[in-house]
Amino acid sequence: MSTLLEVSGVSVSFDGFKAINNLSFRIGAAELRAIIGPNGAGKTTFMDIVTGKTKPDEGRVIWGEKSQSLIGLSEARIARAGIGRKFQKPTVFEDQTVRENLLMALSNNRSPFKVLFYRPAKADLERVGELAEEIGLSDQLGRKSGELSHGQKQWLEIGMLLAQEPRLLLVDEPAAGMTPAEREHTTALLVEAARTRAVVVVEHDMEFVRRLDCRVTVLHEGSVLAEGSLGHVTSNQEVIDVYLGR
Amino acid sequence: MEHSFFARNPSVLVVLSLLALFTLLVTLMSEGMGQGLVSTSFVKTLGKTLTLALVAVAMDLVWGYAGILSLGHFAFFGLGGYMIGMWLMYERTRLIVVEAMSGSTIPPTQEEIVSATGTQIFGVVGSSEFPLVWAFSGSLTMQLILVVAVPGLLALVFGWLAFRSRVAGVYLSILTQAMTLALALYLFQNDSGLRGNNGLSGLQNLPGLDHVSQDIVSLWFFWASAAALGLGYFFAAWIVSGKFGSVIRGIRDNEARVRFLGYSVEGYKLFVFTVSAMIAGIAGALYYPQAGIINPAEIAPVASIYLAVWVAIGGRGRLYGAIIGAILVSLVSSWFTGGQAPDLNLGFYTVRWVDWWTILLGLSFVAITLFAPRGIGGLFDLWGNRTAPDRHGADLGPDKGSLREKEASK
Repeated sequence: MSTLLEVSGVSVSFDGFKAINNLSFRIGAAELRAIIGPNGAGKTTFMDIVTGKTKPDEGRVIWGEKSQSLIGLSEARIARAGIGRKFQKPTVFEDQTVRENLLMALSNNRSPFKVLFYRPAKADLERVGELAEEIGLSDQLGRKSGELSHGQKQWLEIGMLLAQEPRLLLVDEPAAGMTPAEREHTTALLVEAARTRAVVVVEHDMEFVRRLDCRVTVLHEGSVLAEGSLGHVTSNQEVIDVYLGR
Repeated sequence: MEHSFFARNPSVLVVLSLLALFTLLVTLMSEGMGQGLVSTSFVKTLGKTLTLALVAVAMDLVWGYAGILSLGHFAFFGLGGYMIGMWLMYERTRLIVVEAMSGSTIPPTQEEIVSATGTQIFGVVGSSEFPLVWAFSGSLTMQLILVVAVPGLLALVFGWLAFRSRVAGVYLSILTQAMTLALALYLFQNDSGLRGNNGLSGLQNLPGLDHVSQDIVSLWFFWASAAALGLGYFFAAWIVSGKFGSVIRGIRDNEARVRFLGYSVEGYKLFVFTVSAMIAGIAGALYYPQAGIINPAEIAPVASIYLAVWVAIGGRGRLYGAIIGAILVSLVSSWFTGGQAPDLNLGFYTVRWVDWWTILLGLSFVAITLFAPRGIGGLFDLWGNRTAPDRHGADLGPDKGSLREKEASK
């Protein structure tokens, strides 16, 4: 399997505290991966590094077939390169309609002048319709997204990510605060998305991870503690000690 | 889209019709039309008010839509005024000089005219040479280009430096205050080349049109101001109506999210800031010929703060709110400070509005911010039933069985 993203030997510290310590990680072009770990294990910092929000002190982040280094690129450049990110807290634009949110996320030209003269083409509106169907918000397109329920906002955000057509999706705790039915729908969305692209899910909820049925990477104190199937890592004594045992 | 621009933005049509009606009424009642119901000086006040409304629209574009609280927009407004003022002053002085010299037996050379014009203009600051910044003052076309180019360039350079370093929020506001203060202090110097604290004067007289009375000239400027406001409003509404508006409102509400969507936030901010500065420059170029004089005190930091107050009172994030705020506050302000408001006798103390007006304005600003953050324009929401959702996705914790927001808020 070809490697889409390769993070090697990355370290970063904040005020002397090593948030990420010599971390290495790789993911293929169409793969679903869950990252678990206790609080402070560096899961969010890891995402910050990949998306360009945080610059690592050392190490390499290599992307795509052309082995492009992502270090030093702006967040917007990295996003345009094909990395989409979903935050733990649903962050949709509450004052705008579901349609506007999705249109903004569609992978069209993002330069200010192009956007100024942009008028939604028929194909774009159709694509928005498809996405809305996928995330179950077809009849909510004209509503302000701030009026949606918590779970619907999470889906809208996933829909916006899909609209970006990223090659790698970074998803931070997608099931937080969802009802069991909503969790199931979310699982289906993520598994479906991972057929054609790489998806990294950071999750606390073991039950949710079990349902994703994928390779699991366990982070602890900023580096990888174990990697493999869920059954494999949960039987690892170190993992049990630092995480599951508590 | 099957809907036209006006169908999607009904406020544009309403504002443009009201503006046209207002312009027509004032024109018909003006002295220039022989009616005298509206005095020439009041036509000028109204014309100036329209340009203030235009700069308020520009302010709303950066603050209400893109979330950049610029407290330096009067620097751009003033620069626009200076640029047109240079031509007005140069050309009028030159014509006067030519006329005065035409009596002599030997026709004056070009150098003599320029030198005498320089003495007339710069004598007051002890100089007679034209500084470099006056290089284009003989050309109306060039100065008109500079009306948008100079504020635009200043905004571009300032914005590039500030946004690139990700200066935002209150720090950016302070920087913009510093910018306008620095510009005002620079212009106060005699060797700044723009006549120091004397500023440029006599701007109400159009060169070569001395035979046209101010009754008529005031109407011309009133029409130009109304047209500029109409076009400016239309242009601003067009900018914010489409996807561009979506993106800048997104930047206002959650900058980081827009960045992760792949939009270069800095580029968008720079674009909006620069366009807004250019609109402010045009507004200034129409304001100062009606005021007759411009000096560095006009771009003192407090002027830009007033602008923010107008937009806040009128309601930010809606363009008509900016117009309402600017017109209402500046007209009420000129009523109070013009000595027309009757003093309020409390028995033990007489409230003189000339002194107390700023306090009243300050209090109403605080009251609006606290109790009606959507300003006067927010009243239209009640009418149009436009509700803003306020269900900010609270962080409800990742643990199993954590509450959904709906449950948690009960």
